[in-house]
Amino acid sequence: MQQAISFTPQFMASPIAEILWLIPAVPIVAAGVIALMKQPRRKAAATLAIGSLSFSLLLSLFAFGYVLSGWMSGVATREVVNFTWIQAGASQVDLGWVLDPLSAVMLVMVSLVGLLIFIYSTGYMEHDENYTRFFCFMSLFAGAMLGVVIANSLLLLFMCWELVGLTSYLLIGFWYQRPAASAAAKKAFLVTRVGDVFFLLGIVWLFSQTGTLLFYNHGGGSLEPLALAGLLAQPAALGLTAAGAIGLLIFAGAAGKSGQFPLHVWLPDAMEGPTPVSALIHAATMVAAGVYLIARVYPLMQAGALAGGTTTALTVVTWVGASTAVFASLIAVAQNDIKRILAYSTISQLGYMMAGLGMGGVAVGMFHLITHAFFKALLFMGAGSVIHGCNEEQDIRRMGGLRTKMPWTFGTYAVGMLALCGFPLLFSGFWSKDGILEAAQHWSVARTPLYLLVFGALLTAFYMTRQVAYVFFGRWKGGKSAHESPAVMTAPLAILAFFAIALGAIGTPAWPWFRAFLDGRATGFDMHGFAEPGLMALMGVSTLVVFLGLGLGWLPYGNRSPEPEEPDVLERAVPPLWAALRDRLYVDQFYGVTVIAFYAWWARVSDWLDRRVWGGAVAGVAWAFRLWAQLNRSLDNNIVDGSFDKGCEELTVSGGLLARVQTGRVQTYLRILALAVVALAAILIWSSRA
Amino acid sequence: MSLVFYLLAALTVAGGLAAMLLKNTVHCALALTVAFAGLALLYLDLDAQFAGFAQLLVYVGAVAILVVFAILLTKGSETPKDGVFSHTWLAGLAVAAAVFAVLAWSILQSVSRLPQAAKAPTVTVQQIGVALISRYVLPLEIVAVLLTVALIGAVIVAMHEKEGGAQ
Amino acid sequence: MTPLAGYLLVAALLFSIGLAGALTRRNAILVLIGIELMLNAANLNLIAFWRYGPHPEALTGMMFAIFSIAVAAAEAAVGLGLVISIHRHAHTTDLNLMNRMKG
Repeated sequence: MQQAISFTPQFMASPIAEILWLIPAVPIVAAGVIALMKQPRRKAAATLAIGSLSFSLLLSLFAFGYVLSGWMSGVATREVVNFTWIQAGASQVDLGWVLDPLSAVMLVMVSLVGLLIFIYSTGYMEHDENYTRFFCFMSLFAGAMLGVVIANSLLLLFMCWELVGLTSYLLIGFWYQRPAASAAAKKAFLVTRVGDVFFLLGIVWLFSQTGTLLFYNHGGGSLEPLALAGLLAQPAALGLTAAGAIGLLIFAGAAGKSGQFPLHVWLPDAMEGPTPVSALIHAATMVAAGVYLIARVYPLMQAGALAGGTTTALTVVTWVGASTAVFASLIAVAQNDIKRILAYSTISQLGYMMAGLGMGGVAVGMFHLITHAFFKALLFMGAGSVIHGCNEEQDIRRMGGLRTKMPWTFGTYAVGMLALCGFPLLFSGFWSKDGILEAAQHWSVARTPLYLLVFGALLTAFYMTRQVAYVFFGRWKGGKSAHESPAVMTAPLAILAFFAIALGAIGTPAWPWFRAFLDGRATGFDMHGFAEPGLMALMGVSTLVVFLGLGLGWLPYGNRSPEPEEPDVLERAVPPLWAALRDRLYVDQFYGVTVIAFYAWWARVSDWLDRRVWGGAVAGVAWAFRLWAQLNRSLDNNIVDGSFDKGCEELTVSGGLLARVQTGRVQTYLRILALAVVALAAILIWSSRA
Repeated sequence: MSLVFYLLAALTVAGGLAAMLLKNTVHCALALTVAFAGLALLYLDLDAQFAGFAQLLVYVGAVAILVVFAILLTKGSETPKDGVFSHTWLAGLAVAAAVFAVLAWSILQSVSRLPQAAKAPTVTVQQIGVALISRYVLPLEIVAVLLTVALIGAVIVAMHEKEGGAQ
Repeated sequence: MTPLAGYLLVAALLFSIGLAGALTRRNAILVLIGIELMLNAANLNLIAFWRYGPHPEALTGMMFAIFSIAVAAAEAAVGLGLVISIHRHAHTTDLNLMNRMKG
């Protein structure tokens, strides 16, 4: 375990750091422009996307060069640019970005791999009618991922994290008319959401404890010694300190995004998306974001460790990583879809990275992340080339003999496969994986992770050999004849193959440049690096394991071409084990029985509650109103109207009665007149008489 | 109360009764003429010679004739089948009786207070003429207009309408 | 019974007879006859009061009666003309049957 190195405090950010925000901003703006284009313009969309990412790559290279020059002159650069986003009375929320070796390296990797995959996609997605939408989403993703890389604030990181998750959802479900694709997109979103809930809890807790979410802020950041001391002093549950608990919560979010057990279930299904998406998002960058997050908050994870010891958080990270590595490798053995094998391989390698972080520190895990990004992207793009060449066939049992028909693809794929297996000395995968094994060897807590990781390496070599044998060797079992892919697709493959080999050089024990660069130390080429105790033995063991795996894989599968309908060799040997592995060790079914069933039950309960209880209350109120209205109506009809009608009736009757006086006969009128005269006269006389 | 008065009164009243009770309308008209004549004689008895002769001239000479003409023009000479009195003749009789009762009672009550001048006034036609021209000139003129209007009106009302529109 | 009272009673009797006839006879012309009788009775009243009242030299009563005779004659003419006209339309002079003003 390394010591935490204190970086030279910078008070004035350099110009390159000031404009660092352009790196994520330009691709996002390009995405916006593509989205707003009226008619889909394929050439314009592709040019915008590729152009913006090239610009980001250029700027990243400048930043990397700046940090590198600083490193070469003995200065460990960490420059931050912070600004206040929300001011609410006394408290405020700050955002910002950071330029240090970790972010510089990651920026170059993401933009380079992204650019190569964009160029590859112009060939792969040629015949797709939603070409423009594809590049819009990809550009948005690239911008968001770069935002995650440079974020100096946990909040800004979380926002870009969510944006990355959103674009992943959009791209997995790119062919949304297919029900499998939209279901896979939903699954990815929901499963990573589970992790993100814990992540958010961690963020809130951190903010409440330290009052800031910035990582580095000239001494006031949450990853700086002052804040960490405060977190360590605060006890949480189960014997953890606040630092450990927050670290575990953040790891939960990383586990979701990076496909650690048990939140790995979305990654294989995510292969429903187009192959460039699988290459960029689910191999090289997004799934690596979880690993990057842990590397970023490593001071927090490591806080409270005694010299040479470890913390609870890192122990958990290690165990989860190691077990995931083996678990996923086992399942990969029994898969028949070319992309699914690679997906489980990715999960397994992410486990390796997490274990490396837990046991060996930032440099160990990050080195494997960088090398894995290149060769996994290479493998996925190669698989895409194979699929494209075999006319959209994805089952490896229906392929074969592509070695001769697709030479470029075969060559680059072989490079990637050997790098993944960790073929000794020549390929970068060997050096990065060995770094992790070395860290496991020296881990103070237990030896079990080492054994698990070695077993995982054996399985990796085995299933990759099986896949390559099925796809490239034997005879062609497909329908139409296969053809090589165009240059726009094979050229990026070649470039990535070069890096898959060359990157090994920066991480050898003789010249541990990568580690030194990340730590800000100086280093030189020194063959005595190989003289570390147990290192040669370990290298020998891993070499042996790789060859054993390759051989074990070749024996049953090499150069034989069983019919697609025949059961696999291993399936005939151990049917129950094969069935369990093929069904992905029943994790999905377990979820279906527990979580999803519970959710469905809960939904039914809520529905009942809503319909019966709340709905009943509303219906009751409505019923009361109706009753009242009826009462009013009867009152109105019978009493008010009734009395009125009665009155009018009386009026009519009396009117009728009175009208009978008008007989229309003159003599009647005369008689009445005479009577009236008599009456009047009588009155007059009578009154005057008195 | 002299014998002449009683005879004349009886004549007049008989004539009136006959006019109201007879079935034949023409007989009624003739009885009416008798009543008019009796009244004229009563006027003479009351030393109102001008009024008496005016009564004879106008009523007996014109109105009675007019009534007879009207009866003849409306075929009133035929006796109606279901009686000449209305169904409710008793009510009408009662009303008339009530009127008479009131009148008679008021007359008999005020017998003592009635004026008693017995000296007969001497009225010459010249006096009447002068009075007409001087004091009563306005009523005279109005009555003249009235008579003209009545004449024209009666003619118009009773005129036979020709086929195809009023004349 | 003073002479004046006698005349007045005769007039009252004549008036009532005329009224009775006007109220009970069915023929319209007989109603008009009754009305003429009533008018005449009123005239008799006037003359009687002129003769036995104060100031007979003013000729008021006589003048009144004369004008009354003139007006009654005009009224009789118009009334009978009306009856003739009604008879032309309704072909009857029966007052019981003339009730179109019934309420």
